[in-house]
Amino acid sequence: MLSQQLLNALTLGSVYALFALGFTLVFGVLAVINLSHGAVFMVGSYAALFLVTRFEMPLWLALLAAMAVSGMLGLLIDVLILKPLRARNAPHLIPMIATIGVAITLSSSAQGIFGAEILRFPEGTIPAGEFIIGDVHVRAIEIGIVGIAFTLMAVLFLAIRRTQLGRALRAIAESPKAASLLGINVEGLFHGTSFVAAALGGAAGVLIGLDFNAITPLMGQPILHKGIAVIILGGMGDIRGALIAGMFLGFAEVMSKAYLSSQLGDAVAFGLLFLILLVRPSGMFGRVLERKA
Amino acid sequence: MSFPRKTLFLAAAAMLAGGALAADIKIGVAEALSGGAAQYGVAIRNGFQVAADEINAKGGVNGNKIQLVIEDEQGKKEEAINVFKKLIFQDKVLMIFGPTLSNSMFAAGPVANGAKIVAFGTSNTAGGITDIGPYIFRNSVMESDVLPVTVATAVKHYGIKKVAVIYGNDDAFTKSGYDVFKKVLADQKLAVTSTETYVKGDVDFKAQLTKIKAGEPDAVVCSCLAEEAANIMLQSRSLGIKAPFIGGNGFNSPKLFEISRLAGEGTFVGSPWSNVNPAPVNVNFVNAYKQKYNADPNQFAAQAYDALHIAAMALKSVKLSGNLEAARQALRDALPKVSISGATGPFKFRPAVTKDGKPGGFDADQTPFIYIVQGGKFTLYTGKK
Repeated sequence: MLSQQLLNALTLGSVYALFALGFTLVFGVLAVINLSHGAVFMVGSYAALFLVTRFEMPLWLALLAAMAVSGMLGLLIDVLILKPLRARNAPHLIPMIATIGVAITLSSSAQGIFGAEILRFPEGTIPAGEFIIGDVHVRAIEIGIVGIAFTLMAVLFLAIRRTQLGRALRAIAESPKAASLLGINVEGLFHGTSFVAAALGGAAGVLIGLDFNAITPLMGQPILHKGIAVIILGGMGDIRGALIAGMFLGFAEVMSKAYLSSQLGDAVAFGLLFLILLVRPSGMFGRVLERKA
Repeated sequence: MSFPRKTLFLAAAAMLAGGALAADIKIGVAEALSGGAAQYGVAIRNGFQVAADEINAKGGVNGNKIQLVIEDEQGKKEEAINVFKKLIFQDKVLMIFGPTLSNSMFAAGPVANGAKIVAFGTSNTAGGITDIGPYIFRNSVMESDVLPVTVATAVKHYGIKKVAVIYGNDDAFTKSGYDVFKKVLADQKLAVTSTETYVKGDVDFKAQLTKIKAGEPDAVVCSCLAEEAANIMLQSRSLGIKAPFIGGNGFNSPKLFEISRLAGEGTFVGSPWSNVNPAPVNVNFVNAYKQKYNADPNQFAAQAYDALHIAAMALKSVKLSGNLEAARQALRDALPKVSISGATGPFKFRPAVTKDGKPGGFDADQTPFIYIVQGGKFTLYTGKK
């Protein structure tokens, strides 16, 4: 049973990490807690579902298209909502509240268009492969989730550490004003970051929609709460932190369900989060108040 | 031109004759036709209407037509009391059907009982309803009547010795279903390998199911809503759990198999009514309902339909003199003797066992339908083949 539970935890942890990736990226660069990330995640899921059912697109293409759709949505949110607020020097809380509004608008629209019922990918969309190693059952989709999560994280990590673009992003994270004085196209990179972060959120939405077989207008809510916990725990804006904290939350949740009681899953996960923050208020990898309000 | 006129004349004559020779039997219907409970109340009213049309088309009861006096009690206790008073004292009905919710029956039932007139619930499943008094009747079957039969049938079919349980612990419906299951499992001396919970909105049940798998149960008892149950079935199969499922009333939805496809094969479920019950009376009901309302009937409509037929059967032996009180009492005394075979199967009443030993009303004495899932469909269980 332990090995199966470890696998369950690895999948769930990857899901959390993948979701938190875009979330933490936006915070790191734009210094905005983007609470519409859960809704963007949901839009990604519906976009892929729509393309697969209506146009019979193959899954890999639908995944890329869904990433493009949610990426464009993220870009729109930045251009239409976050940019005007930046231009007016709005205090920190304002963009966060504005993104709550975006989230409500998006999930209500999805409800209006697709209905409130749970939808799912048609039979046969999901790769049906399954491996049985001893007592452990591994489905192809689970390998896909873990693989894609780790690949995207590695690419993002290297891009930020090793490339000129990454250097510019890190400069913006230190100080947008100084970066702009150095000749960095700050607004352009803000748009780009919003696009990439939302596309990552959309990818997470498609994978989770496939794995758990349930797409609903409100599917972003519970994972948004977990995502907030992950980026706080990992250190705000830290990509490595998002990975490790995501895994940590997944393992804490699954193991407490497995060895304590299934009623305690969230209680243990969030209890541990609280304890860690007592000891390290800036999270596992965060430097204290790296960004000032 | 002359033909329709002649028909009209005949019809008018017939109506006049009917009016002159026979009185209408006024029966009150107090159901929630607006508000949250309207989804049940409207189906119930439709069920009564279908039954009344059918009875009147055959000439009524002993030549008297049934006239339904329909009132909206809005699913509210206060409103149910008001409607009951209006029906009893103003409209002077012979008996009342309703109200829709158990809570409303607890409030309005005593009004009818005090006025010595029958209040007949078709959808009240709470315990203690018929404790109110000897004028309270119901033909609604409770989960605590259905689940013991479901479990016993499945146990016999599969030779089950130990089961695992999973249920949603933050939903009144799935939680109360679990409470009944728990008692049934204890009564039938089945070992429980593990009891797992989830909360509304959960989509990942793998941790709980991996634990269930480790206990190697012979069956998985699931008090869940259909969509959750379907995902639980799918994830069980992908984890290699082969045990069949036993479900509560939440399984009674076509959604279950739209989602789970063939993962739910061999599942046992019980229900007070079956839309595929091939008995002619049920087929007639289903067709008549579809024709009148252009929608499929549900369990609530079927129970209302049967309830009016039960009352009509009792009315046959009631002498309708001018004395309203005597007629109401005669109907009350005739009802417990009725036994019919309706859309919900063979039916009779059983006297309620009240907590304090005082005379109570009458509950349904009815065997539920047990289904086994075969080929992604509910199939009436007819014994081991």
